[in-house]
Amino acid sequence: MENKGLNKVDLIFEKIDSKEVLMKAFKMSSAEIIQSILDSGLKGRGGAGFPTGLKWKYTAAEKDPVKYIVCNADEGEPGTFKDREILDRVSNKVHGGMAIAGRAIGAKKGIVYLRGEYRYLLPKLMPELDSFHKMIKEIGYDFNIEYCMGSGAYICGEESALFESVEGKRGEPRNKPPYPTVSGVFNKPTSINNVETLVTTMMIINHGAQNFIQYGTKDSRGSKVFSISGDTPTPGIFELELGMTVQQFVNEFGDGDTKAVQVGGASGFCVPRKKFTETIIGFEGTPTGGSMKLFNSSRSMYNVLHNYLDFFTEESCGQCTPCRVGCQQLLKGVEKVKKGEAKSTYLTELMKLADSMKIAAKCGLGQSVGNAFKSIVGNFREEIIY
Amino acid sequence: MYQVGNLVKELSDRHGRERESLMPILQDIVQKHNYLTDEAMVEVARELDISAAEVYGTASFYTFLDTQVKGKYVIRVCKTITCSMKGKSDIIHTLEDMLKIKVGETTADKQFSLIETNCIGWCHKAPAILINEMPYTELTPEKVTEIIKNYMQK
Repeated sequence: MENKGLNKVDLIFEKIDSKEVLMKAFKMSSAEIIQSILDSGLKGRGGAGFPTGLKWKYTAAEKDPVKYIVCNADEGEPGTFKDREILDRVSNKVHGGMAIAGRAIGAKKGIVYLRGEYRYLLPKLMPELDSFHKMIKEIGYDFNIEYCMGSGAYICGEESALFESVEGKRGEPRNKPPYPTVSGVFNKPTSINNVETLVTTMMIINHGAQNFIQYGTKDSRGSKVFSISGDTPTPGIFELELGMTVQQFVNEFGDGDTKAVQVGGASGFCVPRKKFTETIIGFEGTPTGGSMKLFNSSRSMYNVLHNYLDFFTEESCGQCTPCRVGCQQLLKGVEKVKKGEAKSTYLTELMKLADSMKIAAKCGLGQSVGNAFKSIVGNFREEIIY
Repeated sequence: MYQVGNLVKELSDRHGRERESLMPILQDIVQKHNYLTDEAMVEVARELDISAAEVYGTASFYTFLDTQVKGKYVIRVCKTITCSMKGKSDIIHTLEDMLKIKVGETTADKQFSLIETNCIGWCHKAPAILINEMPYTELTPEKVTEIIKNYMQK
């Protein structure tokens, strides 16, 4: 397995002339743009990691005259704050990426779904959006972006729940298929991409796919922005080349006493110290939407798990039984074991419940509760029981 | 309790009367009045020609669209793991002492409400709170005391 170590990169926040990049993009055909994103191997930066080029290709193939490009800025995963920083510092690149995506898939309309917690950004974003609209008009391209605000629901980061919310309804995930590329927001073909993904596409157009694939590994091309928090002397936002091991990451960001790293937030995986050297941060190992939380030996992993389960119990939309009841039972279950009201073997039953949720829950929320649950209970069983 | 007056009509003129206008209208009412009264939701339903149950059903799904009385300043304290590890409890105790209310309550003069919330995206500067839409980060009991004093004088 290739291992490139830890390298800092400056792509996402790099200053560029948006107008120049957009003019370059608009000289390209839809197929050329899509091909260059496909060549770059870019996978979605929100966490799920679907190849962006394919998403655009499928949406472009739809015949409907009305299509949408949606920017998912409902960044709610615990430990993730990169999209806020990106919107704050380089919103021109987010809007630019949307216009490029629009050109690729044949959409004239873009929607940014911004989480309610980031409403304070609007007074800055609105004038920036105005200048973007002016600039794009000068180039002679017809594309319009609107902002839609969330109102404090984690589940709306799930693509189909987000569409429901944009349509003014409860943010309850839809059944799939149909997938968004066929029937998304307002039941129109939609490409929904993460904030960082859109910025990255703009940088790929700017620098070329061949330059982009110099970074990262075969399975995880490029670099990405990491949100680093917890027990670290240097919390914050860092753009790093993909393909490093957790050990290399901890060497750089740990406090010398790191016992576990939660990769990918509450819905991600807990990597214990003994697995630091063998775990690669990326799609060939443990993927992340950017959330990296470090825990040192003063922390109780029971508290970490309890906090996550409490989070999921509150944020489950309640629509499907495996998730609604499953989250509650996992939470109650670990409390019982901790208090000694249930035998430690009860944890094995709870592990099975987490497996059932993965199979039976309707959307990514319920399906991924088991990630944190199983990796924390599996690696820190003693801490959960005693 | 506030009077809705012409607000719903004004907002519907601005945002439209389609189903997708519902969220922006409700959000704007909350921006102005801090929470949604039954009367306001019925008025929105009438204006958009949908059932009041639909409006309530939607509003009650979203934690920021409060349907219970809230104060002029809603303090949301992040309780997710990093803030929790970095001293959220001290912040809560300080706020409870200052405002003489518990989490989930509103002061008698309807100036402040204190609630806990899930991750607000400031983990690197924990602990963090939101007061209405403004984030305050890297808090200490002293710092949060100063902030609330300023709000009390507003």
